[in-house]
Amino acid sequence: MDRLKLVLQYFQSNSESISNGICIILALVSVKLYTSFDFNCPCLPQYNKLYSLGVMIVPPIILFFLGVLVNRHTGVMMEEWMRPVGNRSKNPAVVKYLFSAMIQRALLAPMVWILVTLLDGKIFICAFSVSVDPALFSGLPNNTGLDVIKIMAKVPCKEDIIFRNSSFRKAVSRYVRCYSQAVGWSILLFLIVLGAMGRLIKPYFDDHATSLQTRYWSNYLDVEQKLFEETCVLHARDFARKCVVQFFEDMREDAVLRLPQPLFLRNSREEWDDKEEERLHGVSKQEQVDQLLNKWYHSKPELDVTRMAHRPRTCVTWEDREGRTLYSDV
Amino acid sequence: MDKFRMMFQFLQANQESFMNGICGIMALASAQMYSVFEFSCPCMPEYNYIYGIGLLIIPPIWFFLLGFVLNNNVSVLAEEWKRPIGKRHKDPTILRYMFSSIAQRSLIAPAVWVSVSLMDGKSFFCAFSINLDIEKFGNYSVMNGLTETDKLKLLARIPCEKLFEHQEIRDAASRYIKCISQACGWMFLLMITLTAFLIRAIRPCFSQAAFLKTKYWSHYIDVERKMFDEACKDHAKSFAKVCIHQYFENISGEMQTLHHHRTTGKDDSDDGEDDKRSDEEKLMGIRAQDDMNKVLWNWHTCKPPLALRKEQMEGENNGKLNGNAKGAANGLVNGHTHEVAKKEWAVYYNWRTEGAREG
Repeated sequence: MDRLKLVLQYFQSNSESISNGICIILALVSVKLYTSFDFNCPCLPQYNKLYSLGVMIVPPIILFFLGVLVNRHTGVMMEEWMRPVGNRSKNPAVVKYLFSAMIQRALLAPMVWILVTLLDGKIFICAFSVSVDPALFSGLPNNTGLDVIKIMAKVPCKEDIIFRNSSFRKAVSRYVRCYSQAVGWSILLFLIVLGAMGRLIKPYFDDHATSLQTRYWSNYLDVEQKLFEETCVLHARDFARKCVVQFFEDMREDAVLRLPQPLFLRNSREEWDDKEEERLHGVSKQEQVDQLLNKWYHSKPELDVTRMAHRPRTCVTWEDREGRTLYSDV
Repeated sequence: MDKFRMMFQFLQANQESFMNGICGIMALASAQMYSVFEFSCPCMPEYNYIYGIGLLIIPPIWFFLLGFVLNNNVSVLAEEWKRPIGKRHKDPTILRYMFSSIAQRSLIAPAVWVSVSLMDGKSFFCAFSINLDIEKFGNYSVMNGLTETDKLKLLARIPCEKLFEHQEIRDAASRYIKCISQACGWMFLLMITLTAFLIRAIRPCFSQAAFLKTKYWSHYIDVERKMFDEACKDHAKSFAKVCIHQYFENISGEMQTLHHHRTTGKDDSDDGEDDKRSDEEKLMGIRAQDDMNKVLWNWHTCKPPLALRKEQMEGENNGKLNGNAKGAANGLVNGHTHEVAKKEWAVYYNWRTEGAREG
């Protein structure tokens, strides 16, 4: 439990690490989606390729757009890109950095899906079993009356009866799967080499100082937006509280201002009474309360709490005969 | 248990994240309900389509309405929509924003049901088995020499494993229709994702300032409602405390006159035993079983009116300021109210101008 809390805290400490965490979660979701998806090859010559390539391409597109949506930096980048210049000059390098970071993170889950499908091989078998030359393998069932194309199209379907007692289907499947895994591993190797080369060569082409600046300001924009949202939330809370108290106090029928008393004249009972009276805001009759609740519905107060926020404070001072201040209270 | 508590605390920290949590729970419930539900195709030409498509459409509608029911913001939206204008103008963009955010959250569970159902393929298989062309799957002579209605009946029986003997035709047909169903499912998911992308990612291009404004004020309405409820609760608590306090005082006064009890003076002892004094004060002069019974009986048969006496407290304060000892309450007539005269008697200092004003 503690470890989980530590991990969560670490991820939440930095906006970049939050994005990394979400990116990894999406990649795991992609793997889980593949394993739970029931791949169902139609085993018909005209539909095999269409179905397989569809399953290999459409989910990555969906995962890419999901990755873009879920990333916080998308909103930050769009806002920074679209805002009017105003008092703050715009730095296109920051927008470019945010865009490239967002695209890189969004591309992870689609790549994971494509790699998993290639390494698993089912989709390749479904798509390309028709293109295999059956002469390479022995045991082609030729007593069914179907032509060769239709037989090859049925290879991905294990339960089909024409392949019973024959190792032809397994041989073709293994052959196509071998190709599929080779393609998968090559793509993975290519991506890793590309990433490594990019990391190694980047310092030669990039000005490190400028890149530090860009990273700083892009992080700053994210933090600024979060703080602005939090401040708005807190402000709305204060605003609402003052508005409600002002509404209650407007219902007072009397305008008696209760002065705070000097300490030596107080006892605990009086304090209790004062405190409770203060909380009543002058609304102390059933009719008043009913009127208050009715008015709250029919005529909500205007959104203006300047009276409450800038109320002049009373200041009572006790002075002795020479004019020296004995006691003062606000 | 700890995990649940932590998750619960995290979700409750923020109203929005709480709503997101409910939304996620409903999506999981939707997927779970689908897996638990036992799909049984009727296998008759007249009812297959209705059953298959009905099961694809009606549970999503139910989940959508359930999402509205479970969302707290629906009542806030309804209140804001129906309230009279009064002193505060109504902004239709705020209503639209609140409605769209509620609708977006409610649409997730139905979307999960529809996509899981399409990926599974049973609904489509049941609904469209009668439209199949069996010749596509191979050279089968099952349908030779049958009338039209018999052909339809045969095709309608395909989804039911026990009613249709030709297993290979059934497998081929099931694979074919399932493939189409899954293609529809993926297209549906793609469409939803593209729509969400257009709404969320492209929106800052248009009216970002107006969006910030509507977001602030819709959140404000929610917070204001909560603050008002809290203020009412606090007020009711104080009201009740003072009312009961005055009732006890009232009864205590009666007890004193009836039984000629000597009440301990409320502040005549100058020793520093605060605890003993506060206990005595709490008793408020009621110390006998009969007295307490009378108090309780009166509380039920003759509750005090909902009008707190102000002039008694004013009178006491006046006495205090003039240095009088606290004696018996004055102007007290068994809990009936006096008309509170409107008067301003306070000396009012304005700290800014340092001037005194008496009213």
